[in-house]
Amino acid sequence: MVDREEKYIGSISAKVVAYLLLLLGTVISLMPLYWLVMTSLRPAGAEFTYPPEWIPSSFHPENYPVAWNRAPFWLFTFNSILVTFLATLGTLLTASMAAYAFARIPFYGRNVWFALTLSTMMLPWAVTLIPRFLLFKFLGLFDSLWPLFLPFWFGGGAFYIFLIRQFIMTLPVEMEEAAVVDGASRLRIYSMITMPLTKPAIAAVGVFSFIHHWNDFMSPLIFTNREETRTLALGLRYFGDEQFTEFRLIMAVATLMLVPVLVVFFAANKYFVSGVALSGLAGR
Amino acid sequence: MADAVPLEVSSPAPSRKPRWSRKVKADNIAGYLFLAPWVIGFLAFTVGPMVASGYLSLTKYSGFGAVKWIAFENYDKIFQDDLFYTALYNTSYYAFLGVPAQLLVALCLAVLLNMKLRYVNVFRTVYYIPTVTPAVANVFLWVWIFNFDFGLINSLLRLVGISPVNWLWDPQIVKPALILMSLWSVGQQMVIFLAALQGVSEELLEAASIDGATNFRRFMRITIPLISPVIFLNLIIGIINLFQTFTVAFIATKGGPINSSLFYVLYIYRKGFESFSMGYASGLAWILFMIILVITAIQFYLSRNWVYYESGGAPS
Repeated sequence: MVDREEKYIGSISAKVVAYLLLLLGTVISLMPLYWLVMTSLRPAGAEFTYPPEWIPSSFHPENYPVAWNRAPFWLFTFNSILVTFLATLGTLLTASMAAYAFARIPFYGRNVWFALTLSTMMLPWAVTLIPRFLLFKFLGLFDSLWPLFLPFWFGGGAFYIFLIRQFIMTLPVEMEEAAVVDGASRLRIYSMITMPLTKPAIAAVGVFSFIHHWNDFMSPLIFTNREETRTLALGLRYFGDEQFTEFRLIMAVATLMLVPVLVVFFAANKYFVSGVALSGLAGR
Repeated sequence: MADAVPLEVSSPAPSRKPRWSRKVKADNIAGYLFLAPWVIGFLAFTVGPMVASGYLSLTKYSGFGAVKWIAFENYDKIFQDDLFYTALYNTSYYAFLGVPAQLLVALCLAVLLNMKLRYVNVFRTVYYIPTVTPAVANVFLWVWIFNFDFGLINSLLRLVGISPVNWLWDPQIVKPALILMSLWSVGQQMVIFLAALQGVSEELLEAASIDGATNFRRFMRITIPLISPVIFLNLIIGIINLFQTFTVAFIATKGGPINSSLFYVLYIYRKGFESFSMGYASGLAWILFMIILVITAIQFYLSRNWVYYESGGAPS
């Protein structure tokens, strides 16, 4: 009665409908990005032809260098790479350490700390914004890149800890227990046994963190001021604000900013779109 | 949060012996060493700033010079501030309409992507792409898409003979327009739903099919209850996030037209970092915290009626 392989979608017509829906979703997902790239290739002034052209009358890739040279975008890119790299590194290291402790080490007060950790996810960051600004100003780190990555060397964030912890909980403990009997230290077990097995969750957190920091707008806005400390996200905004009429140039820089994110996303895609890395979230 | 996902503890908690054995002692030391960065960060970047924010809200402070204690004066002013109520209304409107819309779209996409079809992994990737688009790029792109004369959407509307809409510059339409825009990037909620759907027991679904349940009935009666903890998680996180919407209003609409997209955190930003009334802004922030706390508490209370936990009852 129920075909083993096709228990969800039985008939051909149901399959056709499903694929049509999936294609519709694809069009909606990609249409704005098509608009982004097409706008970035238009001739000067052609953003404002009426009615708008679906395919530009001529292609102008030279918009890209023109846009790139309007502001110190190499510097902004360097700042963004530095912040993203350091913040993600700190997050992966310290979040996985906390996650390991929550998942594997029976220490006194563990459940309390875990509940506290989860509760921070419900805390509006807007409440801590002003004191954190004042804290970094007091430490003399305002208008440097430090505030953008330093906090992420302290646990990286509750959601990441939670995600890795849930993943570790799904792993068998036998190998680790054997290592304990053999007298291996916790640090050794964490780094040599648990972490290699946790790769899918680490990859997912790495991608989330990379995307978050590369795209982050609010923190650079609050914690930096000079042009020298600007990141790409912030640079694009100032650029956009001053040149609001030249949409083709804004779209060119926006396209360039999107490229690294897509590269990282596609590279780690198999880990987290498949749902493997988030398997612990399902709650069994 | 703690209730959203059943917490399992793999090894027994430390026993209450009068004196700790060496193993227990070593575990405690190791546990706190591993946790140390997070504990320090929790105190320095969460607890400390929370307390400081509460204190600042009772003072007059410009970010420079002296901090002047004025007790509850900020709160008195806030409750007489018309813009405070405007911001609160705009934000509530946005969050209470936006979150259900986002969750509905994300769930539909997740169901679609959970079907056993060839190439479904390709679609999963494509559907997530809008979510990785940088927020700033996203906002500029959508300002352009919403453009009255030259934008993508009005251009499509003209194609089918509907008169164009002044999306971002009509006070009546700007908030629905921003919600519409947010629906484009619901990938985060989508993958969480997808992970949950993949955890739904196939035996149960099969059994229901054999008993003659239709697909829709099976979805409503089996799938929805089984993934309800994750719906709840997305609901809680979604409300908290949308109550703190900032970037889109800051860049695209600058709170306008006539303050119809002045969102709460944008108002905090203006008070704190543009007018340098840091005490006042801290007061606003604490009120937001209280509002979110109450909404979350109400949601936890209501969740007892609709969130189902397989393990039988919510732990902790």
